[in-house]
Amino acid sequence: MVMENQASNEGSALRILDATKSFPAPDNVARNVALNATTLSVAAGEFISIIGPSGCGKSTLLRLIAGLDVPDSGELWVGNDRITGPSAERGLVFQDPNLFPWLTVSRNIQSGLVARGLLQRKRPEVDEFIRLVGLEKFAHAYPHHLSGGMAQRTALARALINHPRVLLLDEPLGALDAFTRMRMQDEVLRLWQARRTTMLLVTHDIDEAIYMADRIVVMTPHPGRVERTITVSLDRPRQRNSPEFLRLRGEILDLLHLTGNAGESANGKSGKNGLLEPEPAAQSL
Amino acid sequence: MLPIGQHPVSAVPQIAKEQLENPALNPPAAPGARWQTLLSVPAATLVTLAIHLCLPNNEPANEAGLYSRFLAGVLAVAILADGVQFLWSGLKRWMRNMCPIFAAAILTLCGWELITGVLHWLPLPYFPAPGAVLQSMVDDRALLLDCTWHSLVLLLSGYVLGVLIALVTGVCIGWSSHMRYWGMPVLKVVGPIPATAWIPLAMVLSPSAVFSSIILIALAVWFPVTMLTVSGIANTRASYLDVARTLGASRWYLIFRVAIPAAMPNIFVGLFMGLGTSFLTLVVAETVGVKSGLGWYVSWAQGWAEYGKVFAALIIMAAFFSTIMTVLFKVRDRVLGWQKGIIKW
Ligand SMILES: Nc1ncnc2c1ncn2[C@@H]1O[C@H](COP(=O)(O)OP(=O)(O)OP(=O)(O)O)[C@@H](O)[C@H]1O
Ligand SMILES: [Mg+2]
Repeated sequence: MVMENQASNEGSALRILDATKSFPAPDNVARNVALNATTLSVAAGEFISIIGPSGCGKSTLLRLIAGLDVPDSGELWVGNDRITGPSAERGLVFQDPNLFPWLTVSRNIQSGLVARGLLQRKRPEVDEFIRLVGLEKFAHAYPHHLSGGMAQRTALARALINHPRVLLLDEPLGALDAFTRMRMQDEVLRLWQARRTTMLLVTHDIDEAIYMADRIVVMTPHPGRVERTITVSLDRPRQRNSPEFLRLRGEILDLLHLTGNAGESANGKSGKNGLLEPEPAAQSL
Repeated sequence: MLPIGQHPVSAVPQIAKEQLENPALNPPAAPGARWQTLLSVPAATLVTLAIHLCLPNNEPANEAGLYSRFLAGVLAVAILADGVQFLWSGLKRWMRNMCPIFAAAILTLCGWELITGVLHWLPLPYFPAPGAVLQSMVDDRALLLDCTWHSLVLLLSGYVLGVLIALVTGVCIGWSSHMRYWGMPVLKVVGPIPATAWIPLAMVLSPSAVFSSIILIALAVWFPVTMLTVSGIANTRASYLDVARTLGASRWYLIFRVAIPAAMPNIFVGLFMGLGTSFLTLVVAETVGVKSGLGWYVSWAQGWAEYGKVFAALIIMAAFFSTIMTVLFKVRDRVLGWQKGIIKW
């Protein structure tokens, strides 16, 4: 089991102020606005889930926070520092595992330590993280040999070993079977609780969003923006089949359905019981 | 980054290698045919030997049955190998694969002898029979060995020098757009000139023929290796670099631990192409400049109209170059083991 003992690296707060990012549209004339004037604040150590249909700018938002892309306008802040480029403080697990094909699983997982010159000091952690993601038997295999789920777990371990203050997860559990997925969810939660890392998890799975998050950010496309944020005030550890969980799940489905078909208000009972509290998108903490 | 087209040749060595190893493309002989396979080499050797001994041919008097003894030796080794192959499965597999090739090679010798020594279809001092070539090879072995050694030293010095310079220039031009702006025009203008075209200039400028030959070989290697290194580095998948950046990679790490490994398959294509051009340049440089080496030996023997020696040197050259090629293949398999997914410990 991985290490709660190394203290340090508490999570950092994030502030995204009016960030806009556009790309050249395929016709090369118009601009495709991937993220439109988005404002979002995340408290230090908060767990955020981001849900929304394909193409609504979830990955774009994470890349901006990671510092891999620069917004057209607006600002991003982590703690008291403006984000100007990538840093090991902000880890990102990509939608594709993107393992280095020339390195074995264990060397892929080490690569963050090697890059920062910490391998000598932290070598024992490599084995701990290999065990965490259950790849002991494949430690010396090349990515070529891994299934999609194994590759994703390797990518997760590679980001976790750096103990970032902010961890950005772009559907990292998407390719896993239901059982492994639930186990990895609990491991991620355990790491989060142990280190109070700030987490942003993109997912298409509403159950996963509710199970993991303090707050759920719902995004919509054309242009990509934050539609609303929903605070999940269930006690942890959460029961996936508790009545409150299921009720919240139904309400979010209704809400997504609503946002998907503007004007239609089939089941407008949100917020009635206090579990679901829709908030304005530009809410600040 | 400026997109640089993947070189069309880039897949060639891989494909060649896969075809060699892919059992579907290279089916093992049917089990029933196995004893025929094993007997093919002794049978071919016997036929060749019989033709050599029985048909009238005008052997040089001093041959003293050398060729017959050579064939008898081959026959003995073939029969011995057939006898012991049951004991060692590696040898068995190798023989099952290689026997038809060896048999064909020996039959080629037989055909050569028929055409030259027996039927006299080809004019004589220019096309000696295999026996005469073998005799020349044995008679002149000391000089041939010395020439092979000189060729090896010259080739390796030039090749290693060229590769080292090419890797440095290739990585610089591939990585930095500033370097690319100034470097690419030079590469595009100077690179395609065949290295051998510089020979007149090199002879004037350089104090020693050996030194100028090394420079020419290095130049011949430099262009393809640089070109493919540039294309490999510049085409490194952006997502690998992104991942490394979010892991806290320095520029050093991005270049040496991400871009260069990602470019390795391309770099090896360049190394193979460079090896080809270096062989060519070596032989030409030895022919016109350096007074040693296999290239020099061929033209020297030709000057004395000793065509047996010419053929002997050509055979040695073939073995020499293909051995070096094989070594590079082995190195590639080791370095690029991750591509095939072979686990190496
Ligand atoms: N590098 C890029 N070049 C051009 N357009 C891009 C680029 N990256 C993203 N886009 C566009 O921006 C929009 C948002 O993309 P993004 O990848 O952020 O979506 P997403 O919410 O992550 O979708 P998914 O759930 O399918 O991963 C899309 O319309 C996409 O076409
Ligand atoms: Mg995405």
